[in-house]
Amino acid sequence: MRPFPVLQTAGALPRPVYELTNVSKYYRGGGIVALEQVSLSLRQGEFHSVIGSSGCGKSTLLKIMAGLTPPSKGRVMLSGKPVLGARPDIGMMFQQATLFPWRTTLQNVLLPIEVRDGKAAAEAARPRALSLLELVGLKGFESVYPSQLSGGMAQRAAICRMLVSEPDVLLLDEPFSALDEITRDFMNMELQRICLERGATAFLVTHSISEAVILSDVVHVMSARPGRVVQTIEIDLPRPRTLDMATLPEFGRYVSTIRNLLDKGAFL
Amino acid sequence: MSDLAQPAVYGTEEEDTVWTERVSLISLIPRWVSMTLLLVAFIGIWHLATSAGIVSPLILPSPTETILDLGFVGRGLLSGNYMLAAFWVTTQEVIWGFVVALVIGVSLGILVGETSFGERAVMPYIVAIDTMPKLAFAPLFVAWLGFGITSKVALAAFISVFPIVVGTAAGLHAADENARMLFKSIGASRLKTLLKLKIPTGLPQFFTGLKIASISVVSGAIAGEFLGGGQGFGELIRVAASQLNTPRVFSLIIYLSLLGLSMFAIVSWMQYKFVFWHRTDNGVRARAGH
Repeated sequence: MRPFPVLQTAGALPRPVYELTNVSKYYRGGGIVALEQVSLSLRQGEFHSVIGSSGCGKSTLLKIMAGLTPPSKGRVMLSGKPVLGARPDIGMMFQQATLFPWRTTLQNVLLPIEVRDGKAAAEAARPRALSLLELVGLKGFESVYPSQLSGGMAQRAAICRMLVSEPDVLLLDEPFSALDEITRDFMNMELQRICLERGATAFLVTHSISEAVILSDVVHVMSARPGRVVQTIEIDLPRPRTLDMATLPEFGRYVSTIRNLLDKGAFL
Repeated sequence: MSDLAQPAVYGTEEEDTVWTERVSLISLIPRWVSMTLLLVAFIGIWHLATSAGIVSPLILPSPTETILDLGFVGRGLLSGNYMLAAFWVTTQEVIWGFVVALVIGVSLGILVGETSFGERAVMPYIVAIDTMPKLAFAPLFVAWLGFGITSKVALAAFISVFPIVVGTAAGLHAADENARMLFKSIGASRLKTLLKLKIPTGLPQFFTGLKIASISVVSGAIAGEFLGGGQGFGELIRVAASQLNTPRVFSLIIYLSLLGLSMFAIVSWMQYKFVFWHRTDNGVRARAGH
């Protein structure tokens, strides 16, 4: 077992948050193998990415981890308890911000609390939501409707919505891939800052190699048909990462290693 | 170096390349002006056609006759004579028909849009009945409910219920995959998903169905009166037509259209109030976009 980089705790290894053991997913009675024997372990405070070409099953993997779809085989444990459905200790974010136009930014952020625990709980969580909006730079936009937010601002509101229920782990499904590249780089740095500030454990699905390298402690490279993890690569770059690190030779080596693995996977 | 300097040479002593985009003239005229011009032109052609004797006045009355009759009927309505009574009968049929269609339409729409049973088992029958010539049911409604107002309410509701069912069901299906997944991921129950996601998302489609219903409900009530008698405006039109009193038919239709127009206006206003996030600067374009 390779040692994982230790981020905040000195001494003992942080406890594992997620543990996936031999997770497989078949469709059409086993005719299509979407995922085969995926095992991985995510420790407290770590940032992992899974990268692969489209159709390699990485989104299926994320949905299984989130309890949105059941695995066909294998086990998924989160904080020592099996994942058998949606869990309040998981925060999710998708490619689209999916803010609801009939709710203000603040009401959108409070939606998970309102749905789970009712209006009174949402009212009680107001200060927390407001401070989250401040954290992502949306102070002053709390009573604005989403039609007045830009794409990047909408995704920042979606970050707040994910964080408002104080989840133990963040699952991110290509969260910024619908944004333009300049905004996307900026949002990735914002995401890192938020994760470091909160000591968050995060799992990101992406098809951008540089995004995976710049954000992650560990990158899982997936191949398609059947979807499986072909290699797990530790990214040994100091924190906090900066966009300038993309010019470092180590960065280039990580990128080319991953690209080679992906190229091989694509022609298997 | 000279290569890099090259672009600076361009443009410095040249003239601006300003040019004009073509704009259609009609868009420069205010809307109410173009609408009035069209109406005037229409009435003018109408006047010429009748005064030159091209069309028999029994088939098409002159605009003057029609306007005079409009005044007559208007005075009749204001004085509260039999015309007002007839108008009130039709108004009641329209309102009750709409309310019945709304209640049944929304219930069926939720059944079809929200439950698999409704979608798989009920929807095919709704489509099948919708394709039937609904006016042909009028004699049945008269046989079942008599010659009074009830059989007209039934026909009006029957004709206008389908757009409400379809609008409600389509609206409940309108929430996209991302939104559904988000609600699933925050552990929302089916009821919460319905109330906080599907119903708000579906309101625009629901109101589109409601608008169609608000117009067809008047046709339903009048058709019911044509085919089943009664004391409403439809009966007045039928009598006027049988007496070859075409100006009267025209003016009755125009007053009747006010009824349809106000139904449509009420629904549009409700849509404006409830679907505030879907407002556009141009109502016509918003409807055309559906």
